[in-house]
Amino acid sequence: MKFTKSLAITALGLGTALAATATTATVANAKACGKAGELTIVSWGGAYTKSQVEAYHKPFLKDCAGAKIKSQDYSGGIAEIKAQVEGKKVSWDIVDVELSDAIRACDEGLLETIDHAKLPKGDNGAVATDDFLKGTLYDCAVANIVWSTIFAYDTTKIKGDVPKTMADFFDLKKWPGKRGMRKGAKVNLEFALMADGVAAKDVYKALETKAGLDRAFKKLDTIKSSVVWWTAGAQPPQLLADGEVLMTTAYNGRIFNAVAGEGKPFAIVWDGQIWDLDLWVIPKGGPNKDLAMDFLKYSTGTKPLAAQASYISYGPARKSSSSLVGKYHNKDIDMGPQMPTAPNNLKNAVQSNFSFWADNADQLKERFNAWLAKG
Amino acid sequence: MSDAAATSQSTPRDALLVASDGVPLKVKLAKTTAAARRRAFLLTLPLVLFVLISFVFPIGEMLVRSFHNPVGGNVVPAFAESIAKWDGKGLPSEEVFEVFVKDLARARKVRDVGKTVGNLATRVNYEIPGSRSLITKSARKVGKIKNPPYKDALLAIDKRWSNPHVWLVLQRATTDYTLSFYLAALDRRYDKTNNIVQADELYRIYIPILLKTLWLSALITFLCFMLAYPVAYLLSTLPLRTSNLLMILVLLPFWTSLLVRTTAWIAMLQTQGVLNDVFVSLRLIGNEDRIQLIYNQTGTIIAMVHILLPFMILPLYSVMKTIPPSYMRAARSMGASQTYAFIRIYFPQTLPGIAAGTLLVFILAIGYYITPALVGGNDGLLISNLIADHIKSTLNWSLGAALGSILLVIVLMLYWLYNRLVGIDNLKFG
Amino acid sequence: MKLSSRMKSPAFAALCVASVAFGFFTGSVLGTIGFFLAFGAPYFLMTELPPYASIAERIGQYVFLMICTMIFLFLITPILVIMPLSFNAEPYFTFTDGMLSFDSSAYSLRWYQDIFNFGMTDPDGTGSAWWQDMWNNSVWIGAFRNSFFIAIMATLLATGFGTLAALGLSRSEMPFRTLITSLLISPMIVPLVITATGMFFFYAKKDFFPFFPDGLVNTYVGLILAHATLGIPFVIITVTATLTGFDQSLIRASQGLGANGWTTFRKVIMPLILPGMISGALFAFITSLDEVVAVIFLADVDQRTIPRQMFSGIREQISPTILAVATVLVLFSIVLLSTVELLRRRTERLRGLSPG
Repeated sequence: MKFTKSLAITALGLGTALAATATTATVANAKACGKAGELTIVSWGGAYTKSQVEAYHKPFLKDCAGAKIKSQDYSGGIAEIKAQVEGKKVSWDIVDVELSDAIRACDEGLLETIDHAKLPKGDNGAVATDDFLKGTLYDCAVANIVWSTIFAYDTTKIKGDVPKTMADFFDLKKWPGKRGMRKGAKVNLEFALMADGVAAKDVYKALETKAGLDRAFKKLDTIKSSVVWWTAGAQPPQLLADGEVLMTTAYNGRIFNAVAGEGKPFAIVWDGQIWDLDLWVIPKGGPNKDLAMDFLKYSTGTKPLAAQASYISYGPARKSSSSLVGKYHNKDIDMGPQMPTAPNNLKNAVQSNFSFWADNADQLKERFNAWLAKG
Repeated sequence: MSDAAATSQSTPRDALLVASDGVPLKVKLAKTTAAARRRAFLLTLPLVLFVLISFVFPIGEMLVRSFHNPVGGNVVPAFAESIAKWDGKGLPSEEVFEVFVKDLARARKVRDVGKTVGNLATRVNYEIPGSRSLITKSARKVGKIKNPPYKDALLAIDKRWSNPHVWLVLQRATTDYTLSFYLAALDRRYDKTNNIVQADELYRIYIPILLKTLWLSALITFLCFMLAYPVAYLLSTLPLRTSNLLMILVLLPFWTSLLVRTTAWIAMLQTQGVLNDVFVSLRLIGNEDRIQLIYNQTGTIIAMVHILLPFMILPLYSVMKTIPPSYMRAARSMGASQTYAFIRIYFPQTLPGIAAGTLLVFILAIGYYITPALVGGNDGLLISNLIADHIKSTLNWSLGAALGSILLVIVLMLYWLYNRLVGIDNLKFG
Repeated sequence: MKLSSRMKSPAFAALCVASVAFGFFTGSVLGTIGFFLAFGAPYFLMTELPPYASIAERIGQYVFLMICTMIFLFLITPILVIMPLSFNAEPYFTFTDGMLSFDSSAYSLRWYQDIFNFGMTDPDGTGSAWWQDMWNNSVWIGAFRNSFFIAIMATLLATGFGTLAALGLSRSEMPFRTLITSLLISPMIVPLVITATGMFFFYAKKDFFPFFPDGLVNTYVGLILAHATLGIPFVIITVTATLTGFDQSLIRASQGLGANGWTTFRKVIMPLILPGMISGALFAFITSLDEVVAVIFLADVDQRTIPRQMFSGIREQISPTILAVATVLVLFSIVLLSTVELLRRRTERLRGLSPG
């Protein structure tokens, strides 16, 4: 541990000295790809995909003559990847997935493995394995962003006494009205426990026990009849805008973009946020495997990751990108404080625990459905 | 049979009728009939083959998948063979542990789809939630175990390996044929000593949803019947020209896309939708307390009644059209009241139409997927939605197949009943 | 929303005016019709009661007719309501105040324009580039192309095989008739989810289907097979229905006059069953056009059809574009329905069954 740390410090110290080397690397990068072809890049759609198109796709295409990109939306899960790989008809070249899905797909042999040594160095010269945040590199997956599930409300509907904590989201007495939540056990159980007074660091410890689970469901019971469930990330901002709900949980970037891009009067409550990673994976046996790998390397470089953060408020997975994060692309909004990883936003926050969800997703889904069906 | 017997009695054997070429007429007739039968059958043969390949085999495949799951055996074949002999008491022997450790270490390097440790972990995790990490974690470490005793080494990696239940599940998960998925589909499971028990109440989902599906289908069928009967009666009594015009109101929805009709109901029923707006503008309700009519059971029922109503009206209408109005008039003229005449004379004659309509609507309702998926929300989901969810999202294909097989059996029983009561030949449209 | 240059051309302006007028028309007519139907229709429909009918019976009949009218309204209103809503200038699913007061600025064609624009790389382009872009990239146009291609192929398959089989099934000599009929009708009875699940497993088989070593999932062929299967019951039912009154001696007469099988089919059978075949084909066509479960299970984004696109639209980001597509589809169903009705009446007239 100590050894790694000192290495990192050395790398940082050497950063300036290596600047020259880094420039050479960029020049060598001018042609970002070895081969031509049409890449199908699959992501979550809406404002998020748009940020990737601006920050990754367009610059990549400029640097890579002969490549074409087809952008496709999906709403998560590994079913499609599995069907394609097992059917040996892989049409998705590179997919943006959640961590627990990346781990499971990798375990089941559905993904190409990625050699971390071949990922580009940071602009400050740090090797990739040091430059990426801890826990963002996996055998088959490379993280690009840190995102978060938060809750938000419409400032024109709630004035004066505004909700400030996760407990307020569950307080129907003080703020009567509908609540929007993602349909599923994941995230909601954590939210419920935090609202019920469990400290952020103890959430998963509690969920491992029967009593903790019961407590979470009991808390959810208190607002069940007022919940409108959503399934796709684009829905919550729309639910808020249409007045279908008073508050809703949502992905922080979607709310940010509704505010910054469309001028919607929404406010984010960071208390109790649950942050997670989105990662690039390459389904096994795709026809454009090499080109997909080129794109992956390119898009997870320091600059593209930083650029992405100027289109949507998701934090870059590289340390070297953080310092480059500036303002929103067409407005005078500092992006730093909008990130899930901004210190102010991390005061009471949980990192989504992928191994808990890998182990318990199946059974909790059944329990959640049974709970939901009870009317 | 009796015909043949009668013929042979009345015709003496030596006086057989023969055709011009000397072949007995009976033989000739049999030959021609056989040829005709063959020709008729041959006409249907291409389609029968087509349906076999495109429809019957796929359903057979689903049935097989519901109890055949070779994942365990594919991932750790040697272990599968070795644990099969275990008597299930205490912990397996050291030899079994040795085979397991070696097989797992080998499997760890395999990256072929369907043969990885992750696949085995997924399979075992269905039966012991939380065991996925036990298997994936151990698989990463077993490579380092080089020497016996393997049992102790494995227990040192994770003490959960000392739990006999894990080994019972592994034994079951590495056999190719299993009833585990049917048990799960019936909210049951094997307990720690391999007895079949009911799942914890909080986790029971499939039987309640199945019952709810049946109950909702029955309710929808009943509502369809209540709405269809008067309309069909009206259509059958009006002069043909008028009834043909009104029939368009029934047939247009019938011909309109399911998705279009579901969309239409969303526009009608949502809280900011047409119906709520009408209520608000009529001051029936306040703007703040708009009624939640969709994304719940109510929405599913309204939309499904609308979609299935033509399937009830059309069979009722075709039966009612054939009932002569003179029967009712006769009853009335003999002093029966309108109600009495209706109950005793008219209604019984419409029973075949009722049977056809209700069975058809009920059968279609219990398999519905799209409408509940779009407007069902929290409590309007039906069994089909769970099946689709297991196939498309949680990827527990065997459980999806088992649920599908159970639903299939119910539908086929109803289909058989339909055939008995109504006859498949009487199905008509328009 | 900015109108593209194409949308400013005179022809388009005319279309725009026409559509807004249509919106006005349906909007205003709808309210009037509703009112008239609910209270006036019973008078219109009232049949002459026998002279011995009591006052109570007359009132009873009026109430009965009123109930019937309500049910008809229940059947037809949702379908009619979406048409004017699709001309809404606002992204809402309900009538805005502007629409109700017939303010022409409350109506627009933006959602129809969206059908073309969604997915296009440059919706503001001009000339042939715009058309090419639209044809190749517009998501909805792509879905229309897929839907029609799959539906036409599936219909041809289902009608061809189905008619042959119906000819066999309607012969009195047919062995195992009930069994085989039940088998061929069953795709209509078995829940679509089950059928689609089975196909999802079976069509994925490797080295089983000739020319498709990797299976049929995510191919057009797989979808066409699936949709043809679902259309077969309709062809069987309609063609068998036209054959029930069919005089088998006509075939013998034709053979007696020296015609071979093909000539008999072409000259004698075909003209008689043609209406049944066409309505069966139309049923099969609309079944395929409307089918979404098999598409969800078996298709990739390249084979996305209209209902599949609508399904994800409704699920993920519902916008009035879906109402615009729905309106187009309703108009299409009206055309199909009229065709089937005309055919049915023609058959009945030919057989002297009805004056209609």
